Amino acid sequence: MLLITIEALIKIGLLIAGVMTAAAYLVLVERRVAAWIQDRRGPNRVGIPLTKIKLFGLGQPIADGGKFIFKEEFTPGHVDKALYFLAPIIIFAAAIAVFAAVPFGSVLPPDLGLPEAWQIESLAEPIPLVVAPGIDVGMIYIFALGGIGVYGVVLGGWASNNKYSLFGGLRSGAQLISYELPVGLGALGIVMVSGSLRLDTIITQQAQSGVWNCLTQPLGLLVFFVAAFAEAGRLPFDMAEAEQELVGGYHTEYSGMKLMMYLVGEYIHMFIASFLIVILFFGGWHLWGLTGSGEVVTWLIAILRVVVLMAKVLGMVLFYMIARWSWPRFRFDQVMAISWKVLLPLGMVNLVVVAVWVEYGNRLAAVIGLPQPAAMAACGWCVLVVSWLVAILAAPGTCDNRPRFAPVATGRPIEERLRP
Amino acid sequence: MKPDDRQIEWIEEPKLGLSGRSYLPLYVEGLTTTIKHMFSRKKTIQYPEERYECPDPLGYRGVHRLNRDEQGRVKCVACFLCSTVCPAFCIDIVGAEAPWPDREKYPVSFTIDELRCISCGMCEQACPVGAIELTSLFDLSTKSREEAIFDKEKLLSVFDETKDAEPMPSGRCAVHPDTPTEEAP
Repeated sequence: MLLITIEALIKIGLLIAGVMTAAAYLVLVERRVAAWIQDRRGPNRVGIPLTKIKLFGLGQPIADGGKFIFKEEFTPGHVDKALYFLAPIIIFAAAIAVFAAVPFGSVLPPDLGLPEAWQIESLAEPIPLVVAPGIDVGMIYIFALGGIGVYGVVLGGWASNNKYSLFGGLRSGAQLISYELPVGLGALGIVMVSGSLRLDTIITQQAQSGVWNCLTQPLGLLVFFVAAFAEAGRLPFDMAEAEQELVGGYHTEYSGMKLMMYLVGEYIHMFIASFLIVILFFGGWHLWGLTGSGEVVTWLIAILRVVVLMAKVLGMVLFYMIARWSWPRFRFDQVMAISWKVLLPLGMVNLVVVAVWVEYGNRLAAVIGLPQPAAMAACGWCVLVVSWLVAILAAPGTCDNRPRFAPVATGRPIEERLRP
Repeated sequence: MKPDDRQIEWIEEPKLGLSGRSYLPLYVEGLTTTIKHMFSRKKTIQYPEERYECPDPLGYRGVHRLNRDEQGRVKCVACFLCSTVCPAFCIDIVGAEAPWPDREKYPVSFTIDELRCISCGMCEQACPVGAIELTSLFDLSTKSREEAIFDKEKLLSVFDETKDAEPMPSGRCAVHPDTPTEEAP
């Protein structure tokens, strides 16, 4: 019991340190990537203090953190004190707590290389690299805590007693609640196939069959991917803090460490979304011909699996950052329309297709004459194309949402009116 | 502005084709554009290590300098045209009778407040003898406001620093050769 506690504490320490460091350095990565995309170089100056060593700007996160810590923490007089203090704590704690169920690798071998006298009897089994191993409701736990994160946003906007904060909080609340449905539907397909809510089981199944879920359920991937973008509140879905429209969104009135908790919480949301996409759809720590798929591992394989998982997550995070500068933002009504009119029906279609394959997969594959994963993949991609076509043909061809009055009849043809 | 205002021209947005409505081609286009820029040549200059190389140093309007003639004397004849034309009133000249026979006056003191200067270059245009010029030095920084007030020696030293890189425009000398020398009546 004591050993398990110590093991869990070590893992929690590693995880919190790792996540916080990763969040800090991802801010630097984001600034560098943004700069490169804008033909700039980005922060590359700050290195080791009091020396001239620059280290590609790796000291920047430390400088940023120090700045945040020493900043004045100003509490406006008009806020609801209790909720104002509570909101950033909720969003931050909920974001960090999600990682309890997210595996950050496979397992470690029990052989720690200790001398004979130090061998610990209870360490005879492989050590799973997840804080709460064997948590059977992993996915539900993650989505539940994601739902709690909404409270941080809404309460922050409400408690600030500022109309722009309130707008930001309302928009964000509406958006996050709407997109929880497609996120759940996208993940439900995976859960039905694997028959488990445990993330490590989902990875192991992909590794053992060698077929990643993104190949067999492309429609589910699409739904989950878009919805996860929106859940993380990243562009092109950054309704909550649209700088162009709201002053700063729900954290307008926050400063100092409380602001940092919000910003880090948002980064961790992006991080969690990347983890989930990789684990559910891209095989987690599995890579063909490199990591193996067994339960019993050597140290080399164990470390390789962690590296592969982290590389995949980093690639996904980089995609988030590049996507930010690639596509124009959606209008709020468009965001809502995509969730309720496009992603939700597509998620339902995916669910039906997956359910049919789970029930009749063997017989259907025998009829088609392909092995089951191949048949399922072929079917999945066909369904993706067809449902995508239906979605775009059913959507209105314009995105004009101005109030409809009778157009003024000027009698001039439109080409002439377009001319300046 | 009301939607039924007769001044408003109501323009329908253009209809998208199938490829436009399916989002995908446009999304790929956006992604390729960003990735292309990500690996393109960067436009910024690493300032203290690299310096901006002015394509036309004689046309650049940076810090002032006071030119010297061939004998190393200040070229200025204390005519006050630059301080008169200066829209920012940043030039202050004290003139006196010249100890040299080729001109009547010379500046005893010549100060420019570089903080007030708006770098318009009108002093350079107004000068009849080409004595005051704007160099291509752009990184003027001082630790106090007083240091930014350049006196005659400082302005002449700026000339000494920059005369090799930015020679004076030819055809200008202390007294223009075409100017008829006037004998005192």
